[in-house]
Amino acid sequence: MIRFFANANYDFIKWRNWAYGITAAIMLVGLGFLATRGLNYSIEFTGGTLMQVETKTVVPTGKIRQALDDVGLHGAEIQSFGSETSYVIRARITAEGATTEAGTQAVATVVRRALDASVGAGQYSVVRTEEVRPKVGKELQGKAFLAIILSFFVTLVYLAARFEWRFGLAAVLATAHDVLATIAFISVMHLEVSLIVVGAVLTVVGYSLNDTIIIFDRVRENLHKYRRQNLYEILNLSINETLPRSVLTHGTTIATTLALLLLAGEVIRPFAWVMTFGIFTGTFSSIYIAAPILLLIEKRWPGEDARGARALGARAPTVPTGPSAPAVPKPPAPTPPRVPVR
Amino acid sequence: MGTIRGRLITIGILILASIAALLPRNITQRVVDQQTGRMKDTTIRRVPVNLGLDLQGGIHLALEVDESNGPVPDCADAIQRAERVVRTRIDEFGTTEPVVQIQGRCRLIVELAGEKDPARAKSVIQRTAFLEFRITDMQNQFQNTLPQIDAVLRKAGVRSRGAAPSAVSQLFGSDTSKVTRDSAAEASTPGALSSLLFQGQLPGEFLVPEEQWEVADSLIQRPDVRQAMPRGIDLKWGAQVESRGAKSYRALYAVESRPIITGEELTKATARRDQLTNQSVVDFALSRRGGRKFGEETARHIQHYMAIILDGRVQGQPPIIKSQISSRGQIELGTKPLQEASDLALVLRAGALPAPLQIVEERAIGASLGEDSINDGIRAGIVGVVLVILIMVGYYRLSGVLAVGALTLYCLFTIAGLSAFGFTLTLPGLAGFVLSIGIAVDANVLIFERIREELVHGKSLRLAVDDGFKHAMNAIVDSNVSTALTAFILYLVGTGPVKGFAITLIIGIAASMVSAIFVVKTLFLIWLQRRPAMTTLSV
Repeated sequence: MIRFFANANYDFIKWRNWAYGITAAIMLVGLGFLATRGLNYSIEFTGGTLMQVETKTVVPTGKIRQALDDVGLHGAEIQSFGSETSYVIRARITAEGATTEAGTQAVATVVRRALDASVGAGQYSVVRTEEVRPKVGKELQGKAFLAIILSFFVTLVYLAARFEWRFGLAAVLATAHDVLATIAFISVMHLEVSLIVVGAVLTVVGYSLNDTIIIFDRVRENLHKYRRQNLYEILNLSINETLPRSVLTHGTTIATTLALLLLAGEVIRPFAWVMTFGIFTGTFSSIYIAAPILLLIEKRWPGEDARGARALGARAPTVPTGPSAPAVPKPPAPTPPRVPVR
Repeated sequence: MGTIRGRLITIGILILASIAALLPRNITQRVVDQQTGRMKDTTIRRVPVNLGLDLQGGIHLALEVDESNGPVPDCADAIQRAERVVRTRIDEFGTTEPVVQIQGRCRLIVELAGEKDPARAKSVIQRTAFLEFRITDMQNQFQNTLPQIDAVLRKAGVRSRGAAPSAVSQLFGSDTSKVTRDSAAEASTPGALSSLLFQGQLPGEFLVPEEQWEVADSLIQRPDVRQAMPRGIDLKWGAQVESRGAKSYRALYAVESRPIITGEELTKATARRDQLTNQSVVDFALSRRGGRKFGEETARHIQHYMAIILDGRVQGQPPIIKSQISSRGQIELGTKPLQEASDLALVLRAGALPAPLQIVEERAIGASLGEDSINDGIRAGIVGVVLVILIMVGYYRLSGVLAVGALTLYCLFTIAGLSAFGFTLTLPGLAGFVLSIGIAVDANVLIFERIREELVHGKSLRLAVDDGFKHAMNAIVDSNVSTALTAFILYLVGTGPVKGFAITLIIGIAASMVSAIFVVKTLFLIWLQRRPAMTTLSV
């Protein structure tokens, strides 16, 4: 029988200040990128035109750009997409000059004219076009924001009902951290923020919550089981006990996201990137953010579970409270070995 | 024993229901008839899984009422009328299963699977609905010039095609092959155009066999034929295909070029059934200016037939004008069903569309790209599944095999669920499904880890399994419910592909709960029962 981290006994909570530091560093870098470069919104959000073109022979992107400039379409973005003969051309409405000579509706025609001139008619095929008016994009931005806020609210209410509000708040704060970290990641990687990516961010929200709840569930159980331990120890114990599960589940999820990342094609790739990062940050935040924050909250507003949280302060316990409290306590009296089969 | 049998029966029913949901079945589709190029209904057998536009290729359009020329007071009403118009026009594309639906209050979504030319789709959909009333060719001017038109065509070298009965002949006359005097006097060969036309029931009405209407249309579109047309007379096709006996016909109407009134003046149109005569009737009302004009015109045209033309197509058979009509009139449809009357009323209202439509969003995806996406998605899915199987069986051994069996059922349940509720599989949905395979084993991992813990605590096998399931349940329920809640919000707020993703996620959660908890527990029970003496569990 293979067992990872059986009877693990790491002091996770001790490292919380390091964890805060790492997170703060990531956030700062992300903020820097956000402030200087912003997010690379897809035309679904900004409004504009996207065309995916496949050519028969390799064409340098510079040549296409030149042709687009020639027909008066300045500021369009040209990227190769997955292969050397596949290109994506984006003309955003916000991009300067992209629509001075032609409205959105006509951009596709202008691009075709430019391609006829540079690549040659019949030498290319347009496999995908998208045209979105800015009004629709505005609506979408609002909706994406609304979805994230709503999901936080609903989770808070659910967890408050199932656990208590302190757990709910800690879980939501940890998840909010994940959303921020993911947005920072998106900005640093310059991933295109499309509807699919927003969907990925929301999946990360669900996944990270899921992970936090598994640990909190164990905390709830252990609080009832081990009356003499303080919260600090209970948190550590619970994280250690759920460690094998975390390794396994994150392993299988990473396996599928990696498969998506490497094999599922260019359209899905930003989604897979966000998910891959989200799994890491979700795991990290469940252990290093959610649990310490719960400790902080209990210290500030002690509930009945706040055993020792106030006395502990922010430091690890040097002397265990109460008469000897091992990190992994002995199991309660073993049940009789044979129980009649129902 | 009894519980195991009950569980097995439940699982069997679930599997059968899933397979039933996925069996190929008859589906009615509108497809293009290869021979005539027209739309017709056919039934085909196929697996009932709907693919989104991003997977099968096609065009997605979102339209709104154009308010650039002033605000439209009631956009919801305008969009409902527009939906009607677009629906009638959509047949021109020859798309199987076109989608036309209203999204929210004031937005119209049009999806055309397989359509490649966005420019054409847009031009057809955006064309403003134009309604006009015109008097039919009461003096048979067109019929009288048919010999000249045939002569023009003959000079241009156009031959009459096939063995169609020549000349304008009575459709329900005694002998359709009889050559009428007009063209017989001109030449011994039948006229190219007149040979395609059959006399209809009212002045100016002609019927063209369905399979020849394209030929006839190309002939009357010719510039030289237009030149030869009598002054003040136009030709307009009927909108519907009519069947007379075993054959289908399309009506061609010779109408006056000058409309007596246009849809601009129409303010209202409603359908009802007349209590006294038991006839279907469409009441319409005109603006005051339109009423005055209409009154003058109808006074001059009593006992004449009036064609109702929408976007250049004659709607239904032209009704007769019985008396002078001013601002309020009615169109009598005789014994035709009320449905037809309400359709006509809708068309009339649609014709009075207050503002043109504006395209606010457009996506076109090539069919080959969609195919690539499916192939890539399936490949990623297979690799993902294999990796998950390796991890689970490698770590949990025999119990892992049980989990993999449950995973197979999970895939079956999820796909069947998508199909049973008629949801569309999109590319993000496919990605969500692949991802969910990795997450689906989480419940099993939680349970197995619990069983291990219980075993470490010295519990008996049977008790460890029972307690493992029981203790893991809280965590499984809480975590899955919170994920389902986020997915549900995604479904409420999201649009298009994101909605598909959310639905896949929700169905996946439900399926994984069933397969990981119920199915795996059953397998464990069977296992324990078969080997009562077993002391160690391969978990």
